Amino acid sequence: MSNYQTHITDVLIIGAGLAGERAAIEASSHGLDSIILSLVPPRRSHSTAAQGGMQASLANCAMGKGDSTDIHFADTVKGSDWGCEQDVARLFCETVPIAVRQMAYWGVPWSRVVAGKKTLPNGQEIEDTKDKEGLITGRNFGGTAKWRTCYTADGTGHTMQYTIDSIVISLGITVHDRMEAISLIHDGEKCLGAVARCLRTGKLNVYIAKATVIATGGYGRLYDASTNAIICEGTGMALALDTGQVPLGNMEAVQFHPTGMVPVWILITEGARGDGGYLLDKNQHRFMPDYEPVKKDLASRDVVSRRMIEHFRKGFGVDSPYGPHMWLDIRHLGAKHIDTNLREIANICRNFAGIDPIKDLIPVRPTQHYSMGGVRINSEGFAYGLKGLFAVGEASCWDLHGFNRLGGNSLAETVVMGMIVGKKIAEYALGATLEYTSDVVEDAAKQQQERIDGLISGRHGREDVFQVRREMEETLMDYVGIFRTGPALQTAVDKLQVLHERAQHLGLRSSGVGANPEVTAALRLPGMIRLALCISYGALQRTESRGSHAREDFPKRDDANWLKRTLAYWPEGAVLPELKYEPVTITELPPGDRGYGESSASSKK
Amino acid sequence: MSNRTLTFSVFRYNPATPEIKPCMQSYQLKEAGGMTMFVALTKIREEQDPSLMFDFVCRASICGSCAMLINGKPRLACKTLTRDYGTKITLMPLPVFKLIGDLSVDTGTWFRRLSVKTRAWVHTKKEFDPTVLEERMDNATALEIYEPERCIECGCCIAGCATANIREDFLGAAGLNRVARFMVDPRDERSEQEYFEIVGSDEGVFGCYGLMACEDNCPTKLPLQYQLAFVRRKMAVAGLKR
Repeated sequence: MSNYQTHITDVLIIGAGLAGERAAIEASSHGLDSIILSLVPPRRSHSTAAQGGMQASLANCAMGKGDSTDIHFADTVKGSDWGCEQDVARLFCETVPIAVRQMAYWGVPWSRVVAGKKTLPNGQEIEDTKDKEGLITGRNFGGTAKWRTCYTADGTGHTMQYTIDSIVISLGITVHDRMEAISLIHDGEKCLGAVARCLRTGKLNVYIAKATVIATGGYGRLYDASTNAIICEGTGMALALDTGQVPLGNMEAVQFHPTGMVPVWILITEGARGDGGYLLDKNQHRFMPDYEPVKKDLASRDVVSRRMIEHFRKGFGVDSPYGPHMWLDIRHLGAKHIDTNLREIANICRNFAGIDPIKDLIPVRPTQHYSMGGVRINSEGFAYGLKGLFAVGEASCWDLHGFNRLGGNSLAETVVMGMIVGKKIAEYALGATLEYTSDVVEDAAKQQQERIDGLISGRHGREDVFQVRREMEETLMDYVGIFRTGPALQTAVDKLQVLHERAQHLGLRSSGVGANPEVTAALRLPGMIRLALCISYGALQRTESRGSHAREDFPKRDDANWLKRTLAYWPEGAVLPELKYEPVTITELPPGDRGYGESSASSKK
Repeated sequence: MSNRTLTFSVFRYNPATPEIKPCMQSYQLKEAGGMTMFVALTKIREEQDPSLMFDFVCRASICGSCAMLINGKPRLACKTLTRDYGTKITLMPLPVFKLIGDLSVDTGTWFRRLSVKTRAWVHTKKEFDPTVLEERMDNATALEIYEPERCIECGCCIAGCATANIREDFLGAAGLNRVARFMVDPRDERSEQEYFEIVGSDEGVFGCYGLMACEDNCPTKLPLQYQLAFVRRKMAVAGLKR
């Protein structure tokens, strides 16, 4: 007798953020049945929190004039520090204008070009021409040659998610919210679906599907200070890793956003600097032009974050009980601009820090923000190692971002991937048959029930889930941050290995009955520590600096030895990931100077 | 820095153990500087009672997950600071919505049904053509759509609404605001009469008693009174034409 409910569908999508829902629309429009699982109602997904916008080379606004897919491509490759797949970047840049227009067709109220002469905060005169009036406009973002970030005020993720979700609802696509996938079902060759735990009742559910898609977002919450929502715990990546068959790509590539607000670590959008805001040090001196005379405050995120730390180390940080920070100044943009185009962050400043950015400075510090790495897939979205498994969005490593993602390329990636990979998923599912043996399914469900029973009975030990978790967060924060060294990374690996062992002996303090949050946390934790080990061990082995991966003991990019992608596998019973490497696809742009950053000729060393 | 000790009186009920009747449970916590209800509840769960159920996602007042009754008023817990309250704070789940357990309620299902009922998506007969430029739109119109679009579906307006507390089928301010969003969108081709079918009844805009607790309680500060008046006026005209 099974004590779980079974659901059968064509396409199972784990995660209802933008990428997952966009892929579901694609599957549905091919006549397939799909079920989306989500930890939370779709409109509460972390995609909703994206503020700034989505890059698309529409060339409509004055400062976007002359933009093209070629320029967007070059920006993306340079941004990635030549770590990305260039065939993927090309496909992405060519598709994104269509994706942004489709979002307009579905209902996103993109900000539009208003014709007329304008003066920028830096005094520059520009003119938006009449022939472009009413078309989708763009704002400036870091690491881009043109203004191409399409936006709706600073609620872009919100409007995109609500719009995509409205289409999901109109198509009648099934969503099971508060349903958490806790393991993938597979036979060593093919993925057959997932075992999930209901977060309303605590009961197990089994989902069997022709195609399974991981769309669970990033792992920001492995770190103590992250801009990410608290549900961003890398659950889907851990599910894939735990199959023992599927590798995670470039897990050491972790993005720190320059402007997380101190001390709540809520993101202040890059749009604030894009619109003319800048960073000040403790003397209220604008320091970024001293380091980056060309891109100033709008170099790529990895570079700005490092320059801030460098400036802290010289003693120019503003002291606070939460460590040093810098100021973000947007006062000169004026009340009207702030309350229209930067309205959400103005509210965040008022609500969470009690400051008014129209007249006050905003305390900011680099904060963990984005996972470039993830489930390694090919350019069509197929996961390495298991048939019938796909991944989209931040959970995946497609690999568009290499070692540093440009602002505005992640929202764009979600819908572009949903489109492109969604189509491939549909084609695969249309040609696939549902074949599975009940033994495999029964075993998978039984294994998960045993894990839960083990936690409740405490038969494996009495380690406290929140304590072990906190130590993991602090370990990553202290030893695997913006600047890295061999000894620190080794310390992280050692500590995390101990924590991983302790996580095998978790026991509950509560009863574990029903939708118990302690069970939820305890089921996630061992997988999270394995992800933390993939990040730390991958970083330890990579003896070069590239994009966000900055080794102080190996400060130069090393194309001769490291123009390659890390693939981390976790064989059953292993205590460390097994690392393999694969070459990076270079199709158009050979490795060169980024034009900003410490090794660029145009920057201060 | 505060040296207050706060006492939280929290509603407890787990539907998985119906034999344990609903009750209020007290927790004591030392207040920290800038402490929000998110920080406080997380601390209580991690240090005192790991079974305590509540919902947070973005913890930045963007996602709408964490609405609850704080000293009787519907508020987003993530952006509510403890320093604005006395040392005794009562936390209850939102009314109207189905209880999942303790402070956690099912706003997701409620709002999904609302979207289905109001057919809250752009209705157009046009097909998307990937080969042509986007249709032009005045930026002022885009901003006008964004205004009601900002609703985060937290449920504060519903929980505070007398009508919604009395009758299950009332769309509430969030529902009518959602309809207003599509009414001002030129891409949506629905006629006044089609909207009337959706909201021109006592389940919709004519069910509102005008008490305006919705606008008072909205954490996003949406102009709900204006939006209700806008929809009501449009529907009154549409009703007269029938």
